[in-house]
Parts: sequence; structure tokens; C-alpha cells
Amino acid sequence: MNFLGYPRADGRIGVRNHVLILPVSYEMNQVADRIARTVPGAVTFRNQHGLDQSGEDLAQTLRVYKGFASHPNVYGVVLLGWGHEPFDLMEIADAAVIAGKPVELITLEQVGGMRQAIERGQHSAKLFLTDRDQSPQESVPLSNILLGTECGGSDACSGISANPALGVVSDKVVAAGGTSILSETTELIGAEHLLAQRAVTPEIGAQILYIVRRIEESSMRMGVDLRGAQPAPGNIAGGITTIEEKSLGCIHKAGHSPIVEVIEYAQRPTKSGLVIMDTPGHDIEQLTGMVAGGSQIVIFTTGRGTPTGSPIVPVIKVSTNSFTYERMRDNIDFNAGTIVDRVETVAQAGERLFQQMLDVLNGQRTQAEKLGHREFGIYRIGQSF
Amino acid sequence: MEISGRPWTIMDTADDVATALMDLSAGTVVDDPDWQLHITLRMDIPFGHKFAIRAIPKGGRVHKYGQVMGSAISDIEPGDHVHVHNVESLRGRGDLVGYKSPTGAVQEEETPQ
Repeated sequence: MNFLGYPRADGRIGVRNHVLILPVSYEMNQVADRIARTVPGAVTFRNQHGLDQSGEDLAQTLRVYKGFASHPNVYGVVLLGWGHEPFDLMEIADAAVIAGKPVELITLEQVGGMRQAIERGQHSAKLFLTDRDQSPQESVPLSNILLGTECGGSDACSGISANPALGVVSDKVVAAGGTSILSETTELIGAEHLLAQRAVTPEIGAQILYIVRRIEESSMRMGVDLRGAQPAPGNIAGGITTIEEKSLGCIHKAGHSPIVEVIEYAQRPTKSGLVIMDTPGHDIEQLTGMVAGGSQIVIFTTGRGTPTGSPIVPVIKVSTNSFTYERMRDNIDFNAGTIVDRVETVAQAGERLFQQMLDVLNGQRTQAEKLGHREFGIYRIGQSF
Repeated sequence: MEISGRPWTIMDTADDVATALMDLSAGTVVDDPDWQLHITLRMDIPFGHKFAIRAIPKGGRVHKYGQVMGSAISDIEPGDHVHVHNVESLRGRGDLVGYKSPTGAVQEEETPQ
């Protein structure tokens, strides 16, 4: 099974060909925004982070920037810094260069202010946009795909319709030699024993139990009842009663494949097959982590119609019920409510979703892409000082 | 889930609850020969919400997907709406001193007020 992709110098395959304006701290948001607004075709996002991080937290932030700068869906990068970051901007630029991308590194300090930074950025972005149109496309096997799976705004149908349908797609990607990411560690609480049983080695099983214990302990260290946030008010309105119930429904989106690896936030999988990435349940932090880890496509199931997307990765929205599909037509790409309506089986809906994923890999734009969604957020594991 | 034509679904033989696939009114008779089920709904059950298909005593474990999804905080009768008013989570309970999760996480400190 093949799709049309953009081969990159590092061996990965892009399914989009973006010119990314990448602001590595909030100081550069205004510059990035001005460049993207004036150069049609370029993409960017608003960044809340970039400074005041330290230790592991900083390492994680850097991992996200490197993951975006070297991402297979990105043709070229305009990297924007202030010049006072607590890290070496060259490290990020190098990650993109190693992946074979043209990079322009601009710092405010070096060019002497906003106006010059915007002009330099506009110039480079235009150049990259002209060059990217020469990028050859090739028919490549599905084994090149790293699928990110996500659920947000879950309702009681998530575990009955959309997640099992996504599970069918995940299993098919894995069977074709590709990779699928299950994440949202908070939403594994209460279902981790089932996943541990599916690990290919006892060590990986122990890692699954460890990351779940770690997130549960961190909520307990704060002396909070997780029920304040999980399940969320929208989940409860949709019929989900406890985090265990939510988790037991969540894991259906990972199908039935064995689990071959557990990776940290924003890390790249080293194996093909089903992997677990340790991320929070927060939709955008999770999405950003999977994209930084190299996912070229994300399938996102939603009971409530979550209006989000990524600046560089197509996100296919799948509604769990037909009411939400009708109410949120602008935001939803696929209705798995047909399973609840008893007009399709899980297997039938899964096959239809798989075909739609192939269409999107081949260039069909998702609703989130058409609407210009470009959310970005880094999972912080340390404090700002 | 197979296509059954019934406006509710039960995910596993071990389950204590069914999920409504449309808004169901109190008094609706739930007759499901496949599950040897014959109960009358005691409350309105909104779309996506759960009702008990067997009695669950206070403190008893509540099962869905064949797994434990929480614990009953009051006696639950067949046909009752099963939700946050009568079921609580057993996990991530930092509010409970001495709480121990199945994975070994323990809440030891007094919860600050």
C-alpha cells in the first residue's frame, strides 16, 4: 500500500511541504506573525514558551524545537530567536540542516531589530516557497508513516465508536510496517494493566506501569483529587463517570497490536510498531509532542468536536456520534457515529477511516488545515523561575 | 460492536452497565434476550450515559468494558442512571490520605487545606 510523499535527505517522508516560520520564544511571535501574514503559503504558530526553563524541562523544550525544525512535513525553516535564549540556537538550526532542509537563522540582536528581522524573514520565506515547488514526490510504502493517535473531548461513545474505528486504522498501519503512537498517559490510568500485558517484553510492560504511576503520583503530590480535571466537565456531560472508564475507552484507539517501545515526550520512536509516548492528556501539549516526535499525520477522535489542529501536520477529526458531526460540521472530517447509529460496524467504519487517511496522506486537506488551525503548546515538567 | 438495532449497548459479559445510544425515558422497558435482560428504566438516561443492568451494592465495584471503572457510593438498582452521583473513581485520589493505587503509588501526607 503506497502513498505520494516527499522524500527527505534523512530518509523520512513528508506528507506536506511546509515552509515553517519557527519562533523559539514568545519574544519572536510578532516577527513570526508579520512574516507569515505577508508571505502567503508560509506557516507559523504562537509560542508561549522559550525562556525561563532549566534542566530536564529545558531539554524537553529544545527537543520540541528540534523535532519541528527537522520534521519531514517541513521543506524549509526560518528560525527566529532573540539572541538571549538559554540554549544554543545553532543546535536547532543543525537539526534542520542534518535533515536536509534550507534554514535561515535570524536573531533580533544580530540583525538589529524587528523591521530588519521581518524583512530578512520575508525574503528567505519567499525563496524557500519558490524552491519547494521543485520538490519531487514519490510513491512510497505505508511503512514510512508515523501515525499519531489522539482523543479529546471524549464522551461515552468514544470507547464504542471512534476509538475502536481508529484502532482498526492503527492496527493496519502497524501491519503495513508503519508506526502508531498511543499517548495521553493520564488517560491510561485504570487501563495500564491491559497495555502492560500487550508489551513485547516484561521491561516494556514495567515501563508502561511506571509512567502511569509517575503521573498519578504527581497529581497526588499536589494533594489533588484527579477528578477535578479528569474526567473533564465536558466528558462528564457526555456520560463518562470516572478516569478509569475514560481510559478503558481511550486505549481502544491503539487497536490490538503489541507494544514495542515506551518513549519520552517529543522523542522519536526507534522501532516500528505500536509505541507509547508519555504525554499529558492536554490536547495541544500531546499533539505537539507527537508532532515533534515525527508524526506526519494525526487522527483525533472527539465526542464534543474539539476545534484544534497543528501548523505542520494534517489532523483528521473523527466524531464519536452523529449529533456532534452535524453540530460541528466545519471542524469534523469523519463521522464514526454511524457505529452508534447501527448503520456501520467498527470494522466497516475503520476501513472507511483508513481510506480517508490515505486520501489525506496523498494531499487532501483536512478541515483543520482549511480552517487554518495551528495550535502549539509544550508540556512543561519544570517550574518557571 | 455488532449491529443489533437496540438503542443501548453492553460492551462485555462482565459489565454491570449498559450505554444508552439515544435519549431513553424513565419507564422504558429494556428487553434484550441476547443478554437475558428484562428491566425497566427508573430514570431518564441521556444519550451516551449509563444505566445499571444489575444491582450493585454500596462499595461494590462497577464494571464496564469487562474492567473495574469505579466503586458505587450508594446502592444501585437495575435501571438506575449510573454516573458521578452514585459512582466514584478509585484512581488518582490525592484527596484521600493513605490512598494506594493498584500500581503502588501511595498518598502519605495529610492533604493541606
